[in-house]
Amino acid sequence: MSAEPGVIPEDLLQRMLPPDEKAEGRTVAVIECHEEIPCDTCRWICPVGAVIKPTIIAPPAVDWDKCTGCGTCVLACPGLAIFMVKLDGENAEVSVPYEFLPIPQKGQVVWALDRTGRKVAKAEVLRVVTSKDKTSMVTVRVPRDLAHVVRAVLPPGRD
Amino acid sequence: MPRRLWEHPILEFERGAEAEFLFEGKRIRAYEGESVAAALVASGVTTLAWSCKRSRPRGFFCGIGKCSSCLMTVDGIPNVRTCITPVRSGMVVERQRPLGELPTDAQASQEVEELDVDLFIVGAGPAGLSAAIEASKLGAKVAIADENFRPGGQLIKQTHKFFGSRANYAGVRGIEIARILLRELQSLEAEWLTRATVVSDYVGSKHTLLVDSPGRAWLVRADSVIVATGAMENMLPFPNNDLPGVMGAGGLQTLMHVFGVVPGERALIVGAGNVGLILAYQLLQAGVDVKAVVEIMPKIGGYAVHAAKIRRMGVPILLRHTVKRAIGARRVEAAEIVRVDENFRPIEGTEEQLDVDMLILAVGLTPSTEIPLQAGAQWDYVPELGGPVPIHDQLLRTTVDGMFVAGDASGIEEATTAMLEGRIAGAKAASELGLKPDKADKVIEEAERQLDEFRSGPFSEKVLKGKRKVWEVAREVIG
Repeated sequence: MSAEPGVIPEDLLQRMLPPDEKAEGRTVAVIECHEEIPCDTCRWICPVGAVIKPTIIAPPAVDWDKCTGCGTCVLACPGLAIFMVKLDGENAEVSVPYEFLPIPQKGQVVWALDRTGRKVAKAEVLRVVTSKDKTSMVTVRVPRDLAHVVRAVLPPGRD
Repeated sequence: MPRRLWEHPILEFERGAEAEFLFEGKRIRAYEGESVAAALVASGVTTLAWSCKRSRPRGFFCGIGKCSSCLMTVDGIPNVRTCITPVRSGMVVERQRPLGELPTDAQASQEVEELDVDLFIVGAGPAGLSAAIEASKLGAKVAIADENFRPGGQLIKQTHKFFGSRANYAGVRGIEIARILLRELQSLEAEWLTRATVVSDYVGSKHTLLVDSPGRAWLVRADSVIVATGAMENMLPFPNNDLPGVMGAGGLQTLMHVFGVVPGERALIVGAGNVGLILAYQLLQAGVDVKAVVEIMPKIGGYAVHAAKIRRMGVPILLRHTVKRAIGARRVEAAEIVRVDENFRPIEGTEEQLDVDMLILAVGLTPSTEIPLQAGAQWDYVPELGGPVPIHDQLLRTTVDGMFVAGDASGIEEATTAMLEGRIAGAKAASELGLKPDKADKVIEEAERQLDEFRSGPFSEKVLKGKRKVWEVAREVIG
């Protein structure tokens, strides 16, 4: 039971995060979905079979050696619970699912938010990909220590 | 202030031609394809009716013709459900004080058309559409009726992507699933009755149903009937719970997503089940300031991933909190929330006032079971299924010969299970008529397998407990 409702408890979170060496210099998926809910979209959508989910109910796990960081699962997850992380020296790249307006533009500086909506950094938008069904994936550059803290961006103009 | 949405991150609003109607002498600008109630709300009309005894203002609540908050006189006809009445240029709309009066020169009835079918389906939502598709594919002559002028049930306002397996549209938005099902049924030879309210079902050797529609009526004879009438949103008792601005979560979704009308700027949501959590996210998408989601239980009822979506956008979820009262003279101007103790009693001194103009109830649903109950189906009160439900077996048969029930009308669950139940009921109804029983059995077997799979997790425990109670009674009385 989390002290903060709607925020993943720290002990569970630690089990979902990739070890640093798996994400150093390469983009990998982080799936923050720990409940037994009837869904396996991430498993069958993954083009390289990197999501381990033995039953439709079992919480997913990522095989970080197989994961290519393509982001397909980020755009597809119905729970918007998948993120991409790349550790890069002093910095990190974090990709988050995004379904608001306006859609941030590459090069724009936006507020990066943590799991409670707190503004933790001003971050540069590196890439934006939008799927046919209108979910976007926004990739921002943040300081390395925020790699597993930043999980959303504030829609431009809403601050 | 209410506003119309022109841009939305997910939806594209295809408004019809401009239309104008008269509301108590005032011209209201609207668009064809909008409901009268939605057009009035968009124009700033908050009071749609008054209560019978105390003349208290009543506003938009459910939006799908199930409550009575929007009954108005339209072109001289009293008690018209304006939320399921489409706008037409030149129509005259008036509020009733307090009750409408029947016009003295009214014609008793229109001509009654007769319709003979194998299977009649009541409700064109996920369950009804799925049932109609399966039965039609198996060769049954099917007619499907819906009260609304837009078919698709609640799918047409579900902007989120569905969970589930690949076979059940996982990862597809509800609005898109509605399009897929409607397209599929339209390619088959089913008869459509829109804006059609089933008034009664008299059961003899066949089912004889009276169906009412503005300017038309049908007398339908059918071998089988599938009741897929959905559910109605629950009310919560608190002072001023009838003020305009207190709305059902589904009602607000209908306004925002079907008609593109946002009736306020700041919202409080009561209930942190999936409906409340998803709605909070949808309000953020529409640019509404969501002040809080309050939940009386010590934990969130919905999925953690849905809660996480709104928490990371800064929306607080307050557990062990509930709404104490709505504040406002003629509409919601604020809401008072309060902490509760372990017996759910308000703790004095913990009240907090929130500056909101919308107070949204996401506190569960009650199955719409009028038709089976009128037809004499045995029923039971099953709290795990949301209230009174017709006794039914796993093939969705009720105790009335040839009557099936599917979707929320058989117990509150969700749209994926409604589609699967609909497929089972549709296939079973067809096979009972002697149509391709082997093929029907295969459809049923596969749908049952998917249903078992979908219900295998902890979130389905409660529903399964209720279903098992009902199935056990059914074993004795249906066999």
